[in-house]
Amino acid sequence: MSTDARPRLFDLDARWQLHPQVSVRPERFGALLYHFGTRQLSFLKSPKLLAVVNHLATSPSARGACVASGVIPAELLSYRSALATLAVSQMIRERTYP
Amino acid sequence: MSATATLPLVDQFELGLDAPICLTWELTYACNLACVHCLSSSGRRDPRELTTAECKAVIDELERMQVFYVNIGGGEPTVRRDFWEIVDYATSHHVGVKFSTNGSRIDAAAARRLAADDYVDVQISIDGATAEVNDAVRGEGSCATAVGAMRHLADAGMRGFKLSVVVTRHNVGQLDDFKGLADRYGAQLRLTRLRPSGRGADVWDELHPTAEQQRILYDWLLAHGDQVLTGDSFFHLSAYGDPLPGLNLCGAGRVVCLIDPIGDVYACPFAIHESFLAGNVRDGGGFARVWGASELFTRLREPQTGGACRACAHYDTCRGGCMAAKFFTGLPLDGPDPECVEGYGEAALAGVHHTATPRPGMDHSRQSRRGPVPVTIGRRPDRACETSPLAASTAGQGGN
Repeated sequence: MSTDARPRLFDLDARWQLHPQVSVRPERFGALLYHFGTRQLSFLKSPKLLAVVNHLATSPSARGACVASGVIPAELLSYRSALATLAVSQMIRERTYP
Repeated sequence: MSATATLPLVDQFELGLDAPICLTWELTYACNLACVHCLSSSGRRDPRELTTAECKAVIDELERMQVFYVNIGGGEPTVRRDFWEIVDYATSHHVGVKFSTNGSRIDAAAARRLAADDYVDVQISIDGATAEVNDAVRGEGSCATAVGAMRHLADAGMRGFKLSVVVTRHNVGQLDDFKGLADRYGAQLRLTRLRPSGRGADVWDELHPTAEQQRILYDWLLAHGDQVLTGDSFFHLSAYGDPLPGLNLCGAGRVVCLIDPIGDVYACPFAIHESFLAGNVRDGGGFARVWGASELFTRLREPQTGGACRACAHYDTCRGGCMAAKFFTGLPLDGPDPECVEGYGEAALAGVHHTATPRPGMDHSRQSRRGPVPVTIGRRPDRACETSPLAASTAGQGGN
């Protein structure tokens, strides 16, 4: 893989959403994600991470989605890292609407 | 949240999921080729094949279960007259399609259609980077057919389709050539393991990679990482050291399964045998009931003992290898994989009498099982023999 795949700094204060071509299937461990455009499969390894992803589109920021999902400050860095990975694989993307 | 939610992912998968992650669906046993290693011993159409309406009912179930996509194969799935109708029905019901083909029906028009559809992916099968190596396994002219299909797809602007190769003793030296071939047409290379399943049982001894070749393959796969797909089929090689990308476990009946052309549901695509038959989609409750409640799948999701392998230092990486490979070579399911990198499989195989190996459960081969027997697609069905693969499809559509 080229350097494009390297996780960039994820902007927790930006507005995010699930990519419209991604389907989410809840599982007991979290969820499965499938991107119909890139044909990539991905996993959300905890139900709380699924809650964060579900909150993205209605939250003013990714940070807000984390707070709404019960992510405590000590966990924020690891959730940011998980979201950054999802952004690199285009499972989530920044949204332009409020 | 259940107590199991905190287990590592691989353990979660061993317990099985509510719906498969990856489902293979062989639409027909009919095929215009007669590859010597065919997993499903395909050739003749089975008269009990699922009808168009039954296929659509299966898709409705998959949509309800949120199965993201199906891997359609065969036989040669495109010989079904309703092939595109089934594909279109699936994608319009949120079930993506990846299908495997020998390329014989991927002409310019089919390629344009595929290039325009984000929800359909295609895998062109080829088992040699040269006609000499490929055609010895897949039949005269089949290399040219596959390359022709790739050219059509590239010309139509399709990017990232798959070039699918079964790694054998004779093509393992061509890995770079396969990669070059895929790159030339904007495709992605996919390498899979030769299984002793179907007609593959007859040729496995002569075609499976040697121990030295397995090591070369492993190093090559590690060096190419995510650029090359493997369908997780080489997880038994992870015992060499670093794990290969992927799940690295046997997903049979846990996260994968096979629906065959007559609706039988098997634990995996490499296990067409009554021992791995879980039920039929035509039974009451359909596919969902087979997946969720069959006695076989329930058993496969129970913790496995690991048997003799449990004491091995590599058990956590290879997890005993491939169930189907063990079964069809006559090895116990809780013993080593026949291609165990520590050599335990080879030692165990020495103790298996030739007549003790199970025979494949279904055989739709058209000829005696000796070498490739290519048949020209588009040939008129013989009136006396309604078993021609083209008996149910439009005659005269063939050609490369």
